[in-house]
Amino acid sequence: MTHLLSVADLGREGIEEVLRVADAFAEVERRPIRKVPTLRGRAVATMFFEESTRTRLSFETAAKRLSADVLSFSAGTSSVKKGESLRDTVETVEAMGMDALVIRHASAGVPVQVSRWVKRCKVVNGGDGWHEHPTQALLDCFTVRQLRGHLDGLHVVVVGDVRHSRVARSQVLAYSALGATVTLAAPRSLLPPSLDGWPVRVTGDLDDALAGADVVSLLRLQAERGSGAFVPSLREYTACWGLTRRRAELLRADAVVTHPGPMIRGVEIAGDVADLPQAVVTRQVTNGVAVRMAVLFLLLGGAP
Amino acid sequence: MTVVVRGGEVVDARGRRRADLVLADGVVKAVGPDAGRELPARATVLDASGCIVSPGLVDLHTHLREPGNEEAETVETGARAAALGGYTAIVAMPNTDPPIDTAGVAREVLALGRAAPVDVAVAGAITVGRAGERLAPMAELAALGVRLFTDDGSGVQDGALMRRALDYARGLGVTLAQHCEDRQLAAGGAMHEGAWSSRLGLPGVPAIAEEAMVARDIGLVRLTGGRLHFLHVTTAGASDLVRRAKSEGLGVSAEVTPHHLVLTDAACAGYDTVYKVNPPLRTDADTQALRDAVLDGTLDAIATDHAPHLPEAKDVPFDEAPPGMLGLETALGVVLGVLDLERALAALSWRPAAIAGLSPRHGGPLVEGAAANLCVIDPASSWTVGRLASRSRNNPFAGWTLTGRVRHTVVDGEPVVVDCEAQR
Repeated sequence: MTHLLSVADLGREGIEEVLRVADAFAEVERRPIRKVPTLRGRAVATMFFEESTRTRLSFETAAKRLSADVLSFSAGTSSVKKGESLRDTVETVEAMGMDALVIRHASAGVPVQVSRWVKRCKVVNGGDGWHEHPTQALLDCFTVRQLRGHLDGLHVVVVGDVRHSRVARSQVLAYSALGATVTLAAPRSLLPPSLDGWPVRVTGDLDDALAGADVVSLLRLQAERGSGAFVPSLREYTACWGLTRRRAELLRADAVVTHPGPMIRGVEIAGDVADLPQAVVTRQVTNGVAVRMAVLFLLLGGAP
Repeated sequence: MTVVVRGGEVVDARGRRRADLVLADGVVKAVGPDAGRELPARATVLDASGCIVSPGLVDLHTHLREPGNEEAETVETGARAAALGGYTAIVAMPNTDPPIDTAGVAREVLALGRAAPVDVAVAGAITVGRAGERLAPMAELAALGVRLFTDDGSGVQDGALMRRALDYARGLGVTLAQHCEDRQLAAGGAMHEGAWSSRLGLPGVPAIAEEAMVARDIGLVRLTGGRLHFLHVTTAGASDLVRRAKSEGLGVSAEVTPHHLVLTDAACAGYDTVYKVNPPLRTDADTQALRDAVLDGTLDAIATDHAPHLPEAKDVPFDEAPPGMLGLETALGVVLGVLDLERALAALSWRPAAIAGLSPRHGGPLVEGAAANLCVIDPASSWTVGRLASRSRNNPFAGWTLTGRVRHTVVDGEPVVVDCEAQR
């Protein structure tokens, strides 16, 4: 793996390799000392130009469990504030001897651009605008596979603001690569303008889709990105597209409900539904560390 | 100075014929198959054997960045790039800083242009500050020779104001030019809205953002009897609207850029900001429709929208990058890749010259007594696009091999490009 910019870079074999390696690292999680020397002497910088809690903590935890040195960069407290350009900032951090850069940015494509600017660093997309969030989709696949054994033939329903969701774009690529069928359930205004070439079906009836679903992926309505204006009101959105108590009754017992977080209880998911056994949000977070360990390991090499 | 252009074939609005030209005092003194046989004393000879001699190219749409952003381009450097591209006249767009919305700024740019290697005409702003709120002093600018007015970079959003501008311009005998983009529909888009923008997660500019304003403005031209030139038409739908307006006999003309004839939104797949341009690169079907529209005369002119930006301005996230790409030095080669020579030259020289009000000094037939503004093109010469003369580097055709190259350019009888080298 040169960089991890998009799930499309991996293909089925690449995804399966990440999941296999993540299995091994998940075992490390269960040891009394949850640390391996695999990446000792390697340095990973998390460069987050956009706010994030769980993704940054997850990557940093993953890097530390692999014994890598971790540098944490925040746009808010850096010379970016003084007007330094993105490219100069990236080149400066790389010049400090980093081996991998985990990039989070509000603009789509920044990790792709950064991968052209670096000399030898590996670049990991930690979420770019509406484009992709590959490690999130990988950890979702990992979680589903852990619970259901495989993804082939499973029916995945992705619900909500697909238009503005980097998670959805990565999920569609990852789930379909692993043999699942994907249905998007959303108001038309929250779907991308074109779905040409997307291996998906679209439904306007969430109830119908939930009844046959093996996996329900809830997306957050990204109100801070102006998504609120794409539906008349949060109230109407929740009524039509929220996983309400009533809709949760439609779920099969073995269905898996995922959410990339942060979860807004009462909007895309009812408060008590989030606590049902089918909802696996904390399991996703735990698995996220193992999956990111796998990604860093595969990028930076070294014997496990 | 006497210049003899020897051994070429002249192609102009009158057709194609073997001819030498003798140029002196800024005009064509003699033209004919044997005009260059006996050389006058101290004549400079420009070899045109195997080459096409054409009236100089005329660019309706050049961003020179002076005043305000001289690091990216100046009148002088932009004009030099133009000369190398075979242009003898360019129209400087008014989105400078300050914009060309007063006689003072227009005079400054015109004065800089007089020292430049090609003729520099200016387009004035339609509205003060290009803000789309009140009319700029168009009569004052027209008195300086300004013949084209536009708020290029943004379209005049207010339909009532655009109607008033068309009425007012009609009385002055000048032409308005519109960058058609409905701001609400474009909604901050960074590329063409379609399959690629959806996959790349970039906000898109739908075709309707352009077509809605083209349709509105055609209606306003019908209502006012005014004259309007459509800048950089990019969609099949917009070119259809222009075609119908022309068949109605309305006073409209239109241009297309070289890049919209050959590049598509797929070029944005790698988030390389060199491909960010406004209007955005559209689909394959659009490029085909635009080529057809040049062939049937719907699109009169090919104009570069030469828009220099410094590397540091472009080395930013795609959605934050300023739109625009270089074009003056590559336009002819790119266009010859998709159009035959005669049609290419009509769209690059005599038709834009007429729209800009620069005929027959530029673009006119190369007959005895004509102004000596011409270029010599080697249609068979292949070259790989490398470092350009422009101050900026945002060149989407870097590394392309183009066939057809400008060998010499003569402005007012003076060779400003000789054997592909700028003379000043």
